[in-house]
Amino acid sequence: MAAGIVSYGAYIPIYRLSAAELAKIWGGRAKPTETAIPNIDEDSITMAVEAGIDCLSNIDRSSVDRLYFATTTAPYTEKQSASIVAAALDLREDIIAMDIADSLQGGTLALQAATDAVNAGSAKKVLVIASDYRVPPPDSPYESSWGGGAAAFLVGDSGIVAEIEGSQVISSEDLTFWRRRSDTHTQTWEDRFIRDEEILPRVKGAVTGLLKKYSWNIGDFTKVVLYSGNAGEHAAVAKGMKLDPKTQVQDAMFDKVGHTGCAFVPMMFVGALEEAKPGDRILTVNFGDGTDAYAFRVTDGMTKLGARRGIKRHLESKLMLSSYGKYLHYRNLMEWDVDRMHHMEGSLNILWREKKALIRGNGTRCRKCGHVQLPPQRVCMWCQAKDDFDYVRMSDKQGDLFTYSIDERGAGVIDLPNVLSVTNLDGGGRVYGQMTDKDVDKLEIGMRMELTFRKIHEEGGFVNYYWKARPVRC
Amino acid sequence: MPGTIKDKVAIIGMGCTQFGELWDKDADDLIIEATYEALDDAGVDIKDIQAAWLGTMASGVTGAALAAPLKLNYIPVTRVENACGTGAESIRGPAFAIAAGIYDICLSVGVEKVKDVGYGGLHTFRLQSDKWHPIYMGGGTGPGRYAMAATRYFNRYGLSREEGKRMLAKISVKSHHNGARNPLAHLRREVTVEQAMNAPMIAWPLGLFDCCGVTDGGSAAVLCRADMAKSFRKDYILIKGLGISVGPGWGKQKEDYDYTFWPETEAACKQAYDMAGIKDPRKELDMAEMHDCFSIAEAIACESAGFCGVGKVKEDVDAGSFEQEGDLPINISGGLKSFGHPIGASGGREVYEFYKQFQGKAQDPSRQLKNVRLGLTHNQGGHPGRFQCGVTVVGAPD
Repeated sequence: MAAGIVSYGAYIPIYRLSAAELAKIWGGRAKPTETAIPNIDEDSITMAVEAGIDCLSNIDRSSVDRLYFATTTAPYTEKQSASIVAAALDLREDIIAMDIADSLQGGTLALQAATDAVNAGSAKKVLVIASDYRVPPPDSPYESSWGGGAAAFLVGDSGIVAEIEGSQVISSEDLTFWRRRSDTHTQTWEDRFIRDEEILPRVKGAVTGLLKKYSWNIGDFTKVVLYSGNAGEHAAVAKGMKLDPKTQVQDAMFDKVGHTGCAFVPMMFVGALEEAKPGDRILTVNFGDGTDAYAFRVTDGMTKLGARRGIKRHLESKLMLSSYGKYLHYRNLMEWDVDRMHHMEGSLNILWREKKALIRGNGTRCRKCGHVQLPPQRVCMWCQAKDDFDYVRMSDKQGDLFTYSIDERGAGVIDLPNVLSVTNLDGGGRVYGQMTDKDVDKLEIGMRMELTFRKIHEEGGFVNYYWKARPVRC
Repeated sequence: MPGTIKDKVAIIGMGCTQFGELWDKDADDLIIEATYEALDDAGVDIKDIQAAWLGTMASGVTGAALAAPLKLNYIPVTRVENACGTGAESIRGPAFAIAAGIYDICLSVGVEKVKDVGYGGLHTFRLQSDKWHPIYMGGGTGPGRYAMAATRYFNRYGLSREEGKRMLAKISVKSHHNGARNPLAHLRREVTVEQAMNAPMIAWPLGLFDCCGVTDGGSAAVLCRADMAKSFRKDYILIKGLGISVGPGWGKQKEDYDYTFWPETEAACKQAYDMAGIKDPRKELDMAEMHDCFSIAEAIACESAGFCGVGKVKEDVDAGSFEQEGDLPINISGGLKSFGHPIGASGGREVYEFYKQFQGKAQDPSRQLKNVRLGLTHNQGGHPGRFQCGVTVVGAPD
């Protein structure tokens, strides 16, 4: 069977920054919109892990043969992100994990590459994740229209929920949005030029090209997922193609999430999939270094996939950023006072020795008494058996909050107040450590908790990731 | 069958520096001042010291940290460390060496210089527990870790936030009341229950007045064979029992530990009580210095030491049982809370308080307890789930 979409997932950070908060700082009249802002301990890798976990819920993770990871905001310029994402997802080691970087089209190009790999028979299941957050220049229009998020798709040849009916890719060397190695922020050119000579004609061209290639009509499609740079452009693109804005155009979420870089179109596609019924046809168009367009047909398999957090549930679960100051802090956009506090030190040796726990989120299960313990213990803390254990994945477990404190001054903590927490996991094991994505006014012993992959600090000159506890998100 | 230290070792001289933010003093100054006060008090010449122990967490490594400032001449010097329970360890070393018949006269010094870092709060130490881990230790502070015990204690015993905060506030009010009258104490001011309850939050539910200060200081003791003590002074004290318990640290990972009890305190107390022959500590002890780095630490330690029933400390706090006029005065010195907590010096400082109270030399007459014959000092390092606890029972010569 030809390759198709087997599963999907998405992630939207819990924090939102309202346009009203921006207007308080920069002036002007605010529209009632907000954008999704990654927490201080999130980056494109951690958001990708979240979307990946969502996509792989109820799916055997060892069945994944490849990971193609798209982003324009990788934490490293030399060192793959995909390999870290793959390890955090506890995928097999004998897989190809690869970044498809630096293009706003990366997510959909990765989808094409995944389809090709499955159709060629070189992989049975390929996980595609697009995750991005471009920090907008302060006091620019992009500040109220760019956000962060991630989308994931499992591409395979069985258990398909959306068939790929056709695609067309056009390559272009044109500059529209770019960041040189030395640039902090994305650059662009006069917005009317980019809109009128690039986005509008190219997106429309991609659609008409695809329709012509397969002799389809635009009316054949239930939903159209369109690329655009902002809400105004989105309306203009839809109008130019005579789409029914009420039923046929997939919500671009400019007022709720913002443009999420290379995850923008993939996230919209997840939004379309989670609303789709068997037989629905979805058309997606992406733009960046040229265009690509795909046609999908939703199958009966969709009804058997099972619930995902996807776009909808992540959208509903949110905390408002309390101030622009908090945002500056999260994005490290200012020069701060000298920090004299002692910091944790990064040690590559320790990360290397303990990667099964730190990145893969594994604990140990004693072979003698069966008790689970995290971090891994060579001597069982229950029966004292020595070196007699199996590794067991803890990162996908939930549990109950056992106790907590709200530390207003924690040393070496990147976001105060720091909630220190103890969670007892279902099936055994206790997690002692920092809590993230928390509403400190709603903490309660016994509340349901889960684990999430986050940045702990960047001491040592590299990103130190680990798992934190978080109130079950949605 | 373990032996006992009871009545084998005497303390014949003690010293304790002013505790506080001692900008003009370094660790060497504190060592010299505490040591010479103890030597002068004992009437012992430094050349008569046969072996010495230094307790410090991070103000020096190796025995040279003590030998160098004091110019000790090629005698055995040992540096010991058990985090905030270091002081008890610095007394156990010389006590056991003397009891073993190896030495006649030894020196024990505890010191910590923490105020050289340029910010408030206690700095992190690279050699701290959990193998000094770049990830697992992240974000954990003393207040944050102890506060988790308070949250759980409130929950387990059904105390509302207000009731729990009030119980803790009363403990701090007592410590400040005692410390305000102690000229050597760091934080010498009275506070009210309302002040304590409404103080700025450090780590919920612990506010400013639930937490000890960050303090420089040093303490010292001259120890000798019990049978020699009379030749130095009449009002020496004897070590009656010594217990040290280091937990395996599994409270952080093992689901059945509930943070409302200190098993290390229970174990160390049992060792010390057995040696001292104490059956009912509440009745037999005349005073106790408890490790109250945080108000919740004193509350739970009192239960774990057997001073009251588990979950019952609030009744004694409300009744004033542990105040100066109560049946078991606790932290008449002001405790770590008000007297201060220079890590390595605290264990020795606690014994110093008993020593002065026993001799009738409490620095302010209003603090002087009557008929002090048997006391307990409780000194605890680490954090809930992973403690190192030392308990020293000291008493009058029979």
